[in-house]
Amino acid sequence: MTTYIIRRTLMAFPLLFLITIISFGMMQMAPGDPTALMMDPMIKQENLAAYKEAYGLNDNVIVQYVRWLGNMIQGNFGESLIRQGVPVSELILARLPNTLILMIVSSVIAFLISIPLGVISATKRNSLTDYSITFVSFLGVATPNFWIGLVLIMFMSVHMGWFPTGGVATLGEPFSIWDRIHHLILPAFVLATADMAGLTRYSRSSMLEVLRQDYIRTAKANGFKNGTVIFKHGLRNGLIPIITIIGLMLPSFIGGSVIIESIFAWPGIGLLFVEAAFQRDYPVIMAVVVIAASLVVIGNLIADILYAIVDPRIEY
Amino acid sequence: MTLSGRNLTVNEPLLIEEKQEFAHESIWKVMLRKFLKNKLAVIGAIILVIIIASAIFAPWLAPQDPSKQVLLDKLSPPGEKYILGADNLGRDVLSRLLYGARVSLLVGFTSVAGSIFIGTMIGAIAGYYGGKLDAILMRFVDAVISFPSLFLLITLVTIFDPSLMTLIFVFAVFGWTGTARLVRGEFLALRSSEFVLAARTLGIKNSRIIFSHILPNAMGPIIVSATLGVGGVILGEAALSYLGLGIQPPIPSWGNMLQSAQNPQIMLGAWWYPLLPGFMILITVLSFNFVGDGLRDAFDPKINE
Repeated sequence: MTTYIIRRTLMAFPLLFLITIISFGMMQMAPGDPTALMMDPMIKQENLAAYKEAYGLNDNVIVQYVRWLGNMIQGNFGESLIRQGVPVSELILARLPNTLILMIVSSVIAFLISIPLGVISATKRNSLTDYSITFVSFLGVATPNFWIGLVLIMFMSVHMGWFPTGGVATLGEPFSIWDRIHHLILPAFVLATADMAGLTRYSRSSMLEVLRQDYIRTAKANGFKNGTVIFKHGLRNGLIPIITIIGLMLPSFIGGSVIIESIFAWPGIGLLFVEAAFQRDYPVIMAVVVIAASLVVIGNLIADILYAIVDPRIEY
Repeated sequence: MTLSGRNLTVNEPLLIEEKQEFAHESIWKVMLRKFLKNKLAVIGAIILVIIIASAIFAPWLAPQDPSKQVLLDKLSPPGEKYILGADNLGRDVLSRLLYGARVSLLVGFTSVAGSIFIGTMIGAIAGYYGGKLDAILMRFVDAVISFPSLFLLITLVTIFDPSLMTLIFVFAVFGWTGTARLVRGEFLALRSSEFVLAARTLGIKNSRIIFSHILPNAMGPIIVSATLGVGGVILGEAALSYLGLGIQPPIPSWGNMLQSAQNPQIMLGAWWYPLLPGFMILITVLSFNFVGDGLRDAFDPKINE
């Protein structure tokens, strides 16, 4: 078990290393060099050369990469080109809590809606309910979730006035937990829709697999109530594979946050990233990309390890 | 009597021949028959044909020039003059949807053609040769897959400036990883099969074995992944254009129509407008997914009719 965890963790390192190389390579493709954005265009050639020397831009690409990697491991992502002098790590840390709250709440929503739907679908297999749930999840996969967000803002916020159209809190009002929740409901729900369809189908097939097992039949034969069999005997085992899905959901959650935060003006990492993209603030862009990809690798790692812990049938 | 007798003798071999023909029915015919039995896939295919045809014939079908602005008619509701209404600059929404279909399908088909090509090449090489080369290529695939797609797409778009060509390039260069994994799996399974061993013993060149012997056997999954891929790219293009990082106005695309819909004037005065481009994206992607699933079942010999 311990050797498996160590081996699996070690496997993640080459992947993280490749991620930094790909990210650095993309940054090298950007046209112009950073001095073009930072400096006064009227600067004298000698001064420009001095700046380039000071920032190490004349060095060999490999030297630049190693220096960048070394700084990044120490948590130094450089400074923002647009907001000069502000460290990128500071910008990211300031936005991180908002993104985390949004992601945690929407994953809870996704689980609370999808798993019961999947269980119902599996227990009433091939019924009208099952077909309707399957069809709706097909629709869900094909629907752009920013469109769901847009339509919900239009009807629920603009026309009905039930929810605010965006932001984390009402401006100019003292902090109140209800106000925060009020602002959180729509974006969290829309972000959750991104994964609900997949999660429903996944829990359906996982549950079907479990309901086919001998011990379920034994439990039924022993006269346990149907509900007890499904929820106590079935669901417990049916949930095991769903743990891995949490790791696999992470990329689409992180990716989805970009677009959901933009629609709802939610000041998180995703919105920071889109703002940076519009301003060509490359240090911020690269930092967010590397962090996002690393989170995905770490998420998969945690899912694999959890899966090994929870399911004793897995051999190492 | 003689006539009917002759008929019998003539008919008998004919019947046998018919039976033999049935047994020798080509694999494509079997697949087509299986596909046609899947109602959702057939409906999806019909909708796709309609959408593709209306995209091709957009200049003839569109009632107006999609960029003609009639400011007096702005936000006209659907009616006689504008079948699906006019947008906030007084442009005909139906015409813009038709031209938007061109953009979505063009980006979808061309970039998927590119990504399928790259993915098939890399997957075939990795799966056929195996060993160290396979390990290196697949770790690279793992790394690319780790980037959440929108982050990678947005980064590349900011580096190369958003335009139609950039979008096609970015989706092609990013989207090949899934196909590569799939094709590698097929090649791994097929490379030790008898017909490949036979070809090797005959001294046939590796490149010929890859392309003429193994690849045709892996076509099914590749076609399925291409079909599902087009739907995925259409969703991605819409998301980028919606953020303002994709197709730039005045060229209409479903995504940038939704971007312009995010305007209080439209939200209050023309609730129907934001529904339309999203609905087009939804039915197009849904149809691609239905057709893809239908093809998957048709190609799967384990699923009986």
